[in-house]
Amino acid sequence: MNILVGISQVPDTTTKIVIGADSKAIDSKGVKYIMNPYDEFALEEALRLKEKNGGTVTAVTVGGDTAKEVLRTALALQVDKAIFIKSDSADSFVIASNLAAVAQESKPDVILFGRQSIDYDSFQVAPMVAELLDMPSVTMTSKLEINGTSLTAERDIEGGKETVSASLPAVISAQKGLNEPRYPKLPDIMKAKSKPIEERATTSTAARTEIVGMELPAAKGKGKIFGDSDGDISELVKLLHEEAKVI
Amino acid sequence: MKILAYLETLDGALKKTAFETITAAQTLAKQSGGSVVGLVIGSADTAQAGVYGLADCLVAKHALLEKQSTSAFAETIAQAAKAENADVVILPASSTGKEIAPRLAVKLEAGLAPDTTAHEIVGGDLIATRPVYAGKARLKVKITTAKKVVTIRPNVFTAKKADAAATVANRDFAPNLSDNHVKATVTSVSRNIGKLDVSEADIIVSGGRGLKGPENFHLVESLAGTLGAAVGASRAVVDAGWRPHGEQVGQTGKTVSPTLYIAAGISGAIQHLAGMSSSKVIVAINKDKDAPIFQIADYGIVGDAFEVLPKLTEKVKSVVHR
Ligand SMILES: Cc1cc2nc3c(=O)[nH]c(=O)nc-3n(C[C@H](O)[C@H](O)[C@H](O)COP(=O)(O)OP(=O)(O)OC[C@H]3O[C@@H](n4cnc5c(N)ncnc54)[C@H](O)[C@@H]3O)c2cc1C
Ligand SMILES: Nc1ncnc2c1ncn2[C@@H]1O[C@H](COP(=O)(O)O)[C@@H](O)[C@H]1O
Repeated sequence: MNILVGISQVPDTTTKIVIGADSKAIDSKGVKYIMNPYDEFALEEALRLKEKNGGTVTAVTVGGDTAKEVLRTALALQVDKAIFIKSDSADSFVIASNLAAVAQESKPDVILFGRQSIDYDSFQVAPMVAELLDMPSVTMTSKLEINGTSLTAERDIEGGKETVSASLPAVISAQKGLNEPRYPKLPDIMKAKSKPIEERATTSTAARTEIVGMELPAAKGKGKIFGDSDGDISELVKLLHEEAKVI
Repeated sequence: MKILAYLETLDGALKKTAFETITAAQTLAKQSGGSVVGLVIGSADTAQAGVYGLADCLVAKHALLEKQSTSAFAETIAQAAKAENADVVILPASSTGKEIAPRLAVKLEAGLAPDTTAHEIVGGDLIATRPVYAGKARLKVKITTAKKVVTIRPNVFTAKKADAAATVANRDFAPNLSDNHVKATVTSVSRNIGKLDVSEADIIVSGGRGLKGPENFHLVESLAGTLGAAVGASRAVVDAGWRPHGEQVGQTGKTVSPTLYIAAGISGAIQHLAGMSSSKVIVAINKDKDAPIFQIADYGIVGDAFEVLPKLTEKVKSVVHR
């Protein structure tokens, strides 16, 4: 089974966001970058599919030079091949086009992504790649079974779950719960440092969106904090009813 | 601008997101000087859309649409957008809307602004605002293509009734579909019957590790029951197996923006705030006055949840008369 997995690099979830000088992106000074948490589930699923069915796992990243680090992590986790495409674009269509171009060349049976990258929270790349490749897609997958050339997946919906079936090749985006990702072992991390990363030129796709600005959300005024006496609780209920008008 | 509003339905009725989509579409039509046409897929009673001012609605029917395939839905919406010469298509950022919109954008060669919370027309351009970095920042993004696709975050665009209700004129729309458009199909759906989901609730009462064990969540459930609210949870209690995963609010759980969010025994870790900080009113109950949750709370009670929750439930009862 030929498996392609898209992984992106994002700021650590605890990062304090400071807006950069051009007000169009965050200030990257002091920010710790990690593999997008949802992509850990995608990568783990790719490795398990290979362990079960044989084949190869290729990891691909589109990003700036520092994004190569996530490919080192993927190599430490024993992916067979790592592909890096240098691009600073934040436009999802540009990223999806680059990923689709890699898929057109390697003809994977399964393409795995994370549910969303936690920087821009776009939730676009997986269905876009599927559309570009004329393939089925299942997003937010919390359970996946592949039998021969068909798949059954469970995905989260409002107030429940749905079961979806499709045939391969297909695009899957991973939700938490799909699996428990493994950690790389120290010797493998060392070995991964000298493994090759293939570089590809970016496609000449034009962006379809443009960032105009980024700002911090308006700071909240200091809240009204009470003690726990009967009077305090009555006052809170009164304010929720009469001031905030939410109950 | 001509705006196509995709209206979601469930069991033959328009969903709440459909009315929000109409409101967002009409606001944009007003700003840009244009009109709105609705689109439903399958049979549904569209009369209620008139209450929110929608007068013109396409009803798409085709045997292949019964398979609930998002790729066939995307193709149908793309064909409708072309037939109506729509400049903008608006969809809800729901679990299906989020799967349809990227495909639709590719089909229409349109730029996509996902999960938006506000729109403005500046010099003929559509600029959308959306939360990024889990709500820690707001991005303004311009769609630079002629055709545009926008999804809206549920619960943000409050549905507004029209001054005078409109009568909805339904127009049949027959998309041209083939088997190749049906890619992944929904074979079954399991709903948590009788349980309101956090992603759709107006009020959420969430419990965290401060509740000490699953046996104490009846305190959260009874306040939720009194308020007609959904029960939510922090990741700590979901990972501990006290509550189902579907209730988890936060970065790796659900993103919610209810009118009222009550957090009991939740510290307010940044990954929890990521999922709920855009709630309109936040109430925190925590025995530690320095818990970070108080920094974003509009109202707070410093106290023991075991004592505060039952008292709060009693006092709320006298106000809500449910
Ligand atoms: C990549 C990543 C993703 C994550 N995603 C999420 C996510 O989606 N959602 C999420 O919630 N977390 C998430 N987390 C975990 C998050 O960092 C916290 O660990 C978690 O939110 C803590 O849950 P808690 O507030 O219930 O528990 P704690 O942090 O242990 O807080 C318990 C609180 O209860 C209070 N308390 C104790 N006893 C009482 C009492 N009797 N009455 C009142 N108050 C009391 C304490 O003062 C404390 O503030 C994520 C973490 C990572 C690294
Ligand atoms: N720059 C990128 N390089 C590789 N994969 C990416 C990139 N951006 C997004 N992806 C993949 O697409 C998924 C969804 O991302 P997004 O649509 O940006 O929220 C991510 O979880 C990744 O698996």
